[in-house]
Amino acid sequence: MATVELDCKGLSCPIPIVKISRAMKEMPDGDRLCVQASDPSFQSDIEAWVRKMGHVLIDFQEALGVQTATIEKRAI
Amino acid sequence: MDTAEIELLIERSVQEQLTKRLAGVEEELRALRSILKHGGGNVPEDRTTIVVFSGEMDPLFGAFTIALGSIAMGMEVSMFFTFWGLNALRVGKSYSGKSIGEKMVAAMMPKGPASIPTSRMNMGGAGPIFFKHLMKQRNITTLPSMIAMAQEMGVRMVACETSMGVMGVTREELLPGIDYGGVATYLEDAAKSKVTLFI
Repeated sequence: MATVELDCKGLSCPIPIVKISRAMKEMPDGDRLCVQASDPSFQSDIEAWVRKMGHVLIDFQEALGVQTATIEKRAI
Repeated sequence: MDTAEIELLIERSVQEQLTKRLAGVEEELRALRSILKHGGGNVPEDRTTIVVFSGEMDPLFGAFTIALGSIAMGMEVSMFFTFWGLNALRVGKSYSGKSIGEKMVAAMMPKGPASIPTSRMNMGGAGPIFFKHLMKQRNITTLPSMIAMAQEMGVRMVACETSMGVMGVTREELLPGIDYGGVATYLEDAAKSKVTLFI
């Protein structure tokens, strides 16, 4: 099980979820994507995104204006 | 008529009735299966359909944000560009072969999405420059690159031919690789979409 890093710091809605959906498409099921973002709507959006797509938000942290989300890809 | 004969008669008649009724039920089942197989029954697709009527920077930002977001959410997207919205797809201006009226409309239209006005605070063209500056500061993707991303990610873009006619817009002035259609083209997609918007 691999973890892919994705830097979305400084990017505004809707670009973070666009990049996340692109990155996740390339990954095998079970792999994790670790995303860093600073968009103020990022937490709400990533939670909605995993619910809609059927993936799992494993972890969400925020420190010094940087939000870090770890998502696990599920078979859809 | 003895008991055995009566029983036989009853059995036959029951059998007959059953066969008749079952045939009806089977016929209905076949019809239902065919509807399901052909996507009938009005089951909506996971699709967003947007009518883009406005041609200013701010509503277009909204339209393309929702389009890109929908693609990222695993949905299909159809965008129908009509009247002022056609300016989002404009890649150039041409005057040749146009009537005087059409030339006048063309002269008043922006060159393309990179040079369109804002719906408020346009201030004779100062507004868009000001907003572009603010957006750059906040690292917001520009409208032209959002349009390019939408096309690259498979958003179906359809230009309304009737409003192209009214505005004197030719296919050569619009983005290559888009579709053309009318109200039925829009309604076919809208009728099966879960999200429909008019912007």
